[in-house]
Amino acid sequence: MDLFRIISKKPIFFGLSFLIIILLATLPLYIPPYPVISLTSIIMYIVITVSWAIFSGPTRYISLASAAFFGVGVYISAVLGQALLLPIVIVIGGLVSFILALCIGLLTLRLRGMYFIIFTFGISELIRNFLLWWETKMMGTVGRWVVAVDHVVVYYVMLAIFVFALLTAYLVKRSRFGLALQSIGEQEEAATHIGINATVVKTIAFAMSAFFMGAAGAIMATRWTYIDPKIAFNPLFSFMPVLMAIFGGTGQLYGPVFGAALFAYFEEILITKFPYYYMLLFGSIMIVVILFLPHGMVGLVQKWRKGGMRRQNANP
Amino acid sequence: MRILEGEKVTKHFGGLAAVNNVDFAIDQGEVVGLIGPNGAGKTTLFNLISGSLPTTAGEIRYKGKKITGLKPHQICKKGVARTFQSAKLFAGMTVFENALAASLFGTKRAISVPDAEREAKELLEFVELSTVGAMLAKDLPIAHRKRLEVARALATKPDLLMSDEVMAGLNPAELAHAMELITKTRNKGITVFMIEHVMKAIMNICDRIIVLHHGNKIAEGTPEEIATSRTVVEVYLGE
Repeated sequence: MDLFRIISKKPIFFGLSFLIIILLATLPLYIPPYPVISLTSIIMYIVITVSWAIFSGPTRYISLASAAFFGVGVYISAVLGQALLLPIVIVIGGLVSFILALCIGLLTLRLRGMYFIIFTFGISELIRNFLLWWETKMMGTVGRWVVAVDHVVVYYVMLAIFVFALLTAYLVKRSRFGLALQSIGEQEEAATHIGINATVVKTIAFAMSAFFMGAAGAIMATRWTYIDPKIAFNPLFSFMPVLMAIFGGTGQLYGPVFGAALFAYFEEILITKFPYYYMLLFGSIMIVVILFLPHGMVGLVQKWRKGGMRRQNANP
Repeated sequence: MRILEGEKVTKHFGGLAAVNNVDFAIDQGEVVGLIGPNGAGKTTLFNLISGSLPTTAGEIRYKGKKITGLKPHQICKKGVARTFQSAKLFAGMTVFENALAASLFGTKRAISVPDAEREAKELLEFVELSTVGAMLAKDLPIAHRKRLEVARALATKPDLLMSDEVMAGLNPAELAHAMELITKTRNKGITVFMIEHVMKAIMNICDRIIVLHHGNKIAEGTPEEIATSRTVVEVYLGE
């Protein structure tokens, strides 16, 4: 079955994205190293957020397992980095996360709402603590060195993962597979009664999103050069994409991209200069967005385009 | 020909027998009503047939083949569609997308997107919702929601439609329209199994009626037989 056949197209959106990517691709040619490194981190957050939104956006299953998939990629890179070529390490990082997500998905996607959220968070923490225990008890040393890679290479690899993630998110959204995911998010019981195998659809989407997180982790490890379970499985990697996506709005593809880009940029700027104000500002903005802008910044833009902030439906 | 039959179908919720040893059979082309007081187990029986709930005991066969134990999506693809009592539409999607999703995924054989789009359009015309195709399902008034439930179920190309109170909460004009819709559905060759409380509709449309009470089948027969049955009048219809 041609599950990924495109239902419709938007040429302007495509053209604009293409231009931005060309710009990003040529950037290292005329800017100094430090901004390139910052930009790599920003793109990393976008990758995690966009791939998080592939699954959690349409289905509304809030996953807090991003750190698990990212961290697995980081560790794959640390373990295999010396033995294998970089592209292979990154693909393996993605694939291992993909397989891990398939297993977790089949186990947990029967759970809904709060139970799913807590379980996915628990999985990340379990892996982190297990690795910490393993390294402390079994290996005697915590943490590993990772083979360093030139910062421009890291940048380009991250950019390539970003392009693939974005393209995948776009194809999923525009395909019948995306419609199935959306139906599940709207009304899961009804979705199964119109012939959608919800378990399979959810698990595949979950695994697809994990692939990009794992790949991003694998390349990011080479920039950090030293990693341990606390760095690789930092719970912030689970929480940030959720907040960034909610801030941007998950209704449209550019929502998570925009949310992640803006917040990651703030982080880069503020965390070095005013580390305390960063989290303060972040928290305040999140409260405002959740209270007043349930559809994120993108929802706000769409509302304005539709003509003012007036209410459209008397009985929502 | 028997399209659907149940043998000693039973569902326990803890100590409560919501459906108890119910035998039933529906022939191809029939319109069969399922009535009974609130809590009689009507929707539970639908949930057992459509696979939403596992049966405690008994067997349900569709076109001679056992379907108990199958998942809802598998039962749907075999040709059994259902609507939901409390309209469970894809609220944030358009009316058209609601029907489109059902056309795309509801059949065993894969269907191309243009074909599914054409089918979805036809079905919206069939239930007279084509003018509101671009509206979000959540913005529809109740009568339209019920019709969209029917359209979405029919989009899966069923041979058997199970409709769960599609006439509840409608005004007389809307009711007449809903009754006409059921008749039109039957004229397409689709067998209809319907839960309904609106007696006028049940008595007019159904070939046969099954009555449930406290999970037990207490009567079965033509509308005339049911209307004059002593037991049914006592437990449900009232004097």
